[in-house]
Amino acid sequence: MLIDIAIIIIKIMIVIGGIITTVAYLILAERKVAGFIQERYGPNRVGLWGLLQPIADGVKTLLKEDITPARANRIIYHLAPAMVLAPALVTFAVVPFGSGIDAFGRHIAFQVADIGIGILFIFAITSIGVYGVVLGGWSSNNKYSLLGGLRSSAQMISYEIALGLSVIGILLLTGSLRLNDIVEAQIGMWNVFRQPVAFLIFLVAVFAETNRLPFDLAESEQELIAGYHIEYSGFKYSMFMLGEYSNIITASALIVTLFFGGWTVPFIDVTKFGYWGAFLSVVSFAVKTGFFLFLYLWVRWTLPRFRYDQLMHLGWKVLLPLALLNLLFTAAWITYA
Amino acid sequence: MTPPLEYYLWFAALLFVIGVAGVLLRRNVIIVFMSIELMLNAVNVTFIAFSRQMNNIDGQIFVFFVMTLAAAEVAVGLAIIVAMFRNKESINIEDMNLLKW
Amino acid sequence: MTESLFFVFAAMAIVSALMVILNRNPIYSAVSLVITLFSLAGIFLLLEAYFLAVVQIIIYAGAIMVLFLFVIMLLNPGKEAKFLSPTNPRILIITLLSIAFIGMIFTLVSGTANYIGEAASSTGDLGTTRNIGLTLFTKYLLPFEIASLLLLVSLVGAVLMTKRNLR
Repeated sequence: MLIDIAIIIIKIMIVIGGIITTVAYLILAERKVAGFIQERYGPNRVGLWGLLQPIADGVKTLLKEDITPARANRIIYHLAPAMVLAPALVTFAVVPFGSGIDAFGRHIAFQVADIGIGILFIFAITSIGVYGVVLGGWSSNNKYSLLGGLRSSAQMISYEIALGLSVIGILLLTGSLRLNDIVEAQIGMWNVFRQPVAFLIFLVAVFAETNRLPFDLAESEQELIAGYHIEYSGFKYSMFMLGEYSNIITASALIVTLFFGGWTVPFIDVTKFGYWGAFLSVVSFAVKTGFFLFLYLWVRWTLPRFRYDQLMHLGWKVLLPLALLNLLFTAAWITYA
Repeated sequence: MTPPLEYYLWFAALLFVIGVAGVLLRRNVIIVFMSIELMLNAVNVTFIAFSRQMNNIDGQIFVFFVMTLAAAEVAVGLAIIVAMFRNKESINIEDMNLLKW
Repeated sequence: MTESLFFVFAAMAIVSALMVILNRNPIYSAVSLVITLFSLAGIFLLLEAYFLAVVQIIIYAGAIMVLFLFVIMLLNPGKEAKFLSPTNPRILIITLLSIAFIGMIFTLVSGTANYIGEAASSTGDLGTTRNIGLTLFTKYLLPFEIASLLLLVSLVGAVLMTKRNLR
């Protein structure tokens, strides 16, 4: 009993620590990739190749003055950054990041919570992640941040529908909502080959859900200055950043889990090799997730931002019908083939 | 130890009465709408409590339909509120006293 | 365990429901309602309605309440100017009626255990996605289709309502 609780706590610490560390170096990687794409150096002063830059950034934001606007709504203004960060971290709880090991006389799955409604849980938590953005934008009492919050609320609801519908095809093929079942069903054949259209829809919708370019209408710096977090400074600002980048990590992990076989390794059955197999599965998961993190950065510095009417057009008139058609074909294929 | 059925019904009754009081008390159309949601949810609690008591799934199906209805109702209702605000610059329920303007 | 959790969720739901109707600021009301809906999702979990608990969060907290917030922020009505004072006779009448109604329901409900009897023993899989889906697409197929029609009609209605010029 006691050892079970200890194991769970250790798992939670590993996941949160892993996400926070990845966020720190993701921000550095983003600046390095931006430098590479724009033919300049990127940060290279602090430490070797700028490797200590995240620590310098963290110390800087901690020491900055924490300003609260005079007419801001204080309670909600202080709560909003936490409302962005918490759901971003919680979502990762159901994502399996490895095959698991046998230790202490029990099987330890590399997953914080193995719940039967895993996919629905993820949708539930991501759907409440929008509150931090909307309320933060409203409570700052600034017209630009209000516009950012308004845009984000409509954008999130619109793209959630396409996101949900694109996953249903996979659920039909797997017959289970548990993420571990979905991963194990992909041994031998990744879902991206069985559901390519769903993968494209999911990829686009997930970019919109995480408020990243080309869909970062909520903070588009050229029109709204910084959008919903315009008034935030110091540590609250860095909490917004942490939340945004944690969301990116979770989204990449989710793409890998649903479409690219999660922790499975192609042509190798990792469950046969004990500890080394488990290690290999975690490495496989990390490499795949890393690729999609790179894709996020790559897209950001390559594609221009959508206009708001184009965003809504894409969401409602292209992705939604496409997702419905995909669902119809998948259902027909399962029934008649 | 699971709580007996009466607890759930008492709780649902309290929630329902809060919703009714909100509808009677407030003049802001949006808050009135939220109070209606409270009442719908109170009814959902009783449905699910009875469903568990009888070990019968039908109550939960009914709750599913209530949620569908609530979503449809909110979409149309909020559209009406926005349309009325355009014409009257007010969301006070007492200004909604004409069938046509 | 279940009982103490029930009391925690019920207290949270009641307090935040009171906040919904007593706050002058509509944004606070909306946030309180979100807390109420979350507590109700917890109570659904205690009653083994797993699917509905998650759907409650996805639909109510994730979609309906965001829509409410959107409209409140769009119209920006501010605080309600003329909030009734506690001495207003209407408040008194509403409070009295509420108490009378609660008393009526409490007396009615108190006897139910005698008619209904003990709770059926739990099978543990009452409200799972599988069970809900099976019942929904067999026994309740026609109502399900009608509900989808209702959603379509409301979709068209909402779009039509927000058009500025109908012609």
